[in-house]
Amino acid sequence: MLFLVLVVAIFVVMRRGSDPHEIPSPLINKPAPAFQLPQLTDPVKTISATDMRGKVYVLNFWGSWCIACREEHPLLVQYSKQNVVPFIGVDYKYANDDSDERAAARQFLSELGNPYSQVIYDHDGSTSIDYGVYGAPESFLIDKTGVIRFKQIGPITEDVWNKKIVPLARQLNQ
Amino acid sequence: MKRFALFILLSLCCAVVVFAKDAQPTEDPKIEARFKNLTQQLRCPVCQNETLADSNAELARQMRDQIREQIKAGKSDDEIKAYLTQRYGDFPLYKPPVKPMTYFLWFGPFLLLIVGTAVLFIFLRRRREMIPERPLTADERKQAAEILRSV
Repeated sequence: MLFLVLVVAIFVVMRRGSDPHEIPSPLINKPAPAFQLPQLTDPVKTISATDMRGKVYVLNFWGSWCIACREEHPLLVQYSKQNVVPFIGVDYKYANDDSDERAAARQFLSELGNPYSQVIYDHDGSTSIDYGVYGAPESFLIDKTGVIRFKQIGPITEDVWNKKIVPLARQLNQ
Repeated sequence: MKRFALFILLSLCCAVVVFAKDAQPTEDPKIEARFKNLTQQLRCPVCQNETLADSNAELARQMRDQIREQIKAGKSDDEIKAYLTQRYGDFPLYKPPVKPMTYFLWFGPFLLLIVGTAVLFIFLRRRREMIPERPLTADERKQAAEILRSV
């Protein structure tokens, strides 16, 4: 009997973290790591985390090389029109990759539409590592004081958008 | 299902990026030894259960470069591990720290052992109690004696 209770307890504990591939981020409710990155289209201009103070926004890490980002993209285009939160795109690639990501990313946006109010370019992936990104796309909802309030690993889905991001963004914007 | 699809996609990402190169190793054998030791103790966040040393994933390459740079800059192993855990949580550590979140992980097996032993004892005792002790009847005694004689 006792044994049964224990087995059930273990099961419940294991079910709570239902996806073993998901790494819980230690950054939730912590200040978003600082960044200052050049814009994708105009490298002379930069955007930093401090520029975004006072705004609630979604920081979306993506890359033209990322298949799941392509899957997510039409939804982002659709949601950006709802004017709930601005999307800041961080296009990234790692330092040891020689491809011309900048050009590929511009091509990607002109083909599939641009949901981002700003797109910045992380040329060596260091900002993506600061944010603990491991599976693009990843999105962070950041509040007015620059604190990360929510993180979505993998594509934003309709469920996540309607049930998590929109209510939280509305609440943070009040 | 969606999560499974995502996993497949992530695995594909791992497979697709193998053409990228690792940064050149340094000449200093001491740095390389520490580098090798450290990357073998750390888990790649993308490819499930590969060490940072073994993984071909782009992210793992980048993290290896970071680790090598930080060793060169004189950071200690603990500082480098802290750099990773601040960003990725305890996941990259194959040996998670003992803290309230991981008590079950660390002490759970011993708890199970104790509970299991207790259950076994209780079970054995009950079973013994269930078999009533009854002296043999005169008939049975005779039978037993015959059997013993014939052996």
